[in-house]
Amino acid sequence: MSASLYAGLASRGFRRYATYRSATLAGIFTNTVFGVIISYTYIALWVERPQLGGYGIAQALTFAWVAQALIMPVGLFGGGIVADYSERVRSGAVATDLQRPAPLLAVRLAEDLGRAAYALLTRGIAPMLVGALLFPLAWPSSVSTWLLFALSITLAVVIGFALRYLLGLLAFWIIDTSGPASVLVVLQIFASGSALPLVTFPGVLRRICELLPFRCLVQVPCDVLLREDTGTGSLPLIGLQLLWATTLLGLGAVLTRAAVRTVVVQGG
Amino acid sequence: MPMIDVHDLRRTFLIRERRGVLRRTRREVQAVDGITFSVEPGEAVGYIGPNGAGKSTTIKMLTGILVPTSGHLRVADLDPSRRRTELARRIGVVFGQRTGLWWDLPLRDSFELLRRIYRVPTPTYERNLSAYVGLLEIGDLLGQPVRQLSLGQRMRADIVAALLHDPEILYLDEPTIGLDIASKQRLRTFLRELNADRGTTILLTTHDLVDIEQVCRRVMVIDHGRLAFDGDFAALHAAGQATRTVVVDFHDEVPPIDVPGSRVVRVDGVRQWLTVPAGTPTGPVIAALASSHEIADLSIREPTIEDVLPHLYARP
Repeated sequence: MSASLYAGLASRGFRRYATYRSATLAGIFTNTVFGVIISYTYIALWVERPQLGGYGIAQALTFAWVAQALIMPVGLFGGGIVADYSERVRSGAVATDLQRPAPLLAVRLAEDLGRAAYALLTRGIAPMLVGALLFPLAWPSSVSTWLLFALSITLAVVIGFALRYLLGLLAFWIIDTSGPASVLVVLQIFASGSALPLVTFPGVLRRICELLPFRCLVQVPCDVLLREDTGTGSLPLIGLQLLWATTLLGLGAVLTRAAVRTVVVQGG
Repeated sequence: MPMIDVHDLRRTFLIRERRGVLRRTRREVQAVDGITFSVEPGEAVGYIGPNGAGKSTTIKMLTGILVPTSGHLRVADLDPSRRRTELARRIGVVFGQRTGLWWDLPLRDSFELLRRIYRVPTPTYERNLSAYVGLLEIGDLLGQPVRQLSLGQRMRADIVAALLHDPEILYLDEPTIGLDIASKQRLRTFLRELNADRGTTILLTTHDLVDIEQVCRRVMVIDHGRLAFDGDFAALHAAGQATRTVVVDFHDEVPPIDVPGSRVVRVDGVRQWLTVPAGTPTGPVIAALASSHEIADLSIREPTIEDVLPHLYARP
């Protein structure tokens, strides 16, 4: 497929969100405030329980700000594609998408990558800078760690997209997806580690979370960033993300075909 | 070879209904119940029928987004639902009640994205864009976000969007719905010219019968999933028992006139209404009137599709 199409779609996803500047500023403000609140909570917790989950205070604080930075890019709170997509199926507007000579999944992914890039540059980086000014954060010194972190974030965005896309596809069968959407948001917030690092979870709960794809959204990128050793130590984590990304996108492709084939387009 | 070839096409929907707490019944609805027709390249065909008659279901099957339950269906020699993507490059679709444009972006960006989605060669794209944007007068709107366009502007933009890739067939589903008279008229003129100049095959669904009369030479009427009529306007009028009405004002009040080939349907003072079957000349009737009485004024009203459709729908 043509690269220029997907570049165009991605830049459209970027500009679509860039249109709403005051919303972006309000979002940056919110992420920053929550970053500060969570930082003080973590400080209180780690002072009481030093080395909880193997993190020192600086690492816990870094985790807090990275988690804030990733909320919008990986779509932890849902919205975006899900809301869009269920609505498009419900209203029958999806008929327009199906009448285009471009694969649905790839089109949506390209658009979401553009959206995520904008979210990362604004609501990711800006609060992070404030956090770095206010608190002592633990930054890795090696370039390779940063590169792997960038790769890990990209994969986290793709996995986040795939989860929301699958939820959106549900609309073909159950029309109202608000129930499953709430379940997904709760899972994404807690099982990703964004509320509290998974490394602090007690035994069974932690093992369950490690079997699920949600940890690839926040915990895994943070692990990649916070590893003490440099170089190839993070590769298994990246591999895990690749596995989930491929699995979920593959499932998305199969279900898209099933949806298009068997389900009647609503409305019209 | 016909552009659209449909033989005994059927589509059944299963409707599940709740009856009581646990009982559910399933009911089959024949949305399209064995229709047969073909459309040659360059034809402009109106496709009309009451709500729920099966129009949209037919269009969805023709564009490949709905799989037929049974029957033969070829569009541009392709099986639409199996070759949906390939077919999509050769057709244009406009839904009056939905937009195919990107809501938050300037209009120009939507066109640019469609150029890439349909892989339109740049010279073709530029030629079509400047031609259609000029004809539909949306040149000043290219920099505006789609959400700021009025309904009429958005509709014209949607039509430009559907034509950028030089489709062989253009499907229009209620393209004039909600538009004011001037916008409707501009759109109809444009579609007529598109059909005449470019030879684009047009299939037009609408409730506004003036659309059909002005754009199409052929009409298909669907009712309860079956084709109730397929032919030109003269035949439609004949099938629908259409009549022309001669309205005569006499100098003085006279009893209802008895002229062969006509029938008085109404009398009001000096004015009388006589109906003549469509297709029969009114000349002899008027001559007969003029020879027996003194006429002050006279006018002839042509039948409209609105007058004839009820007859078609009423058929078993």
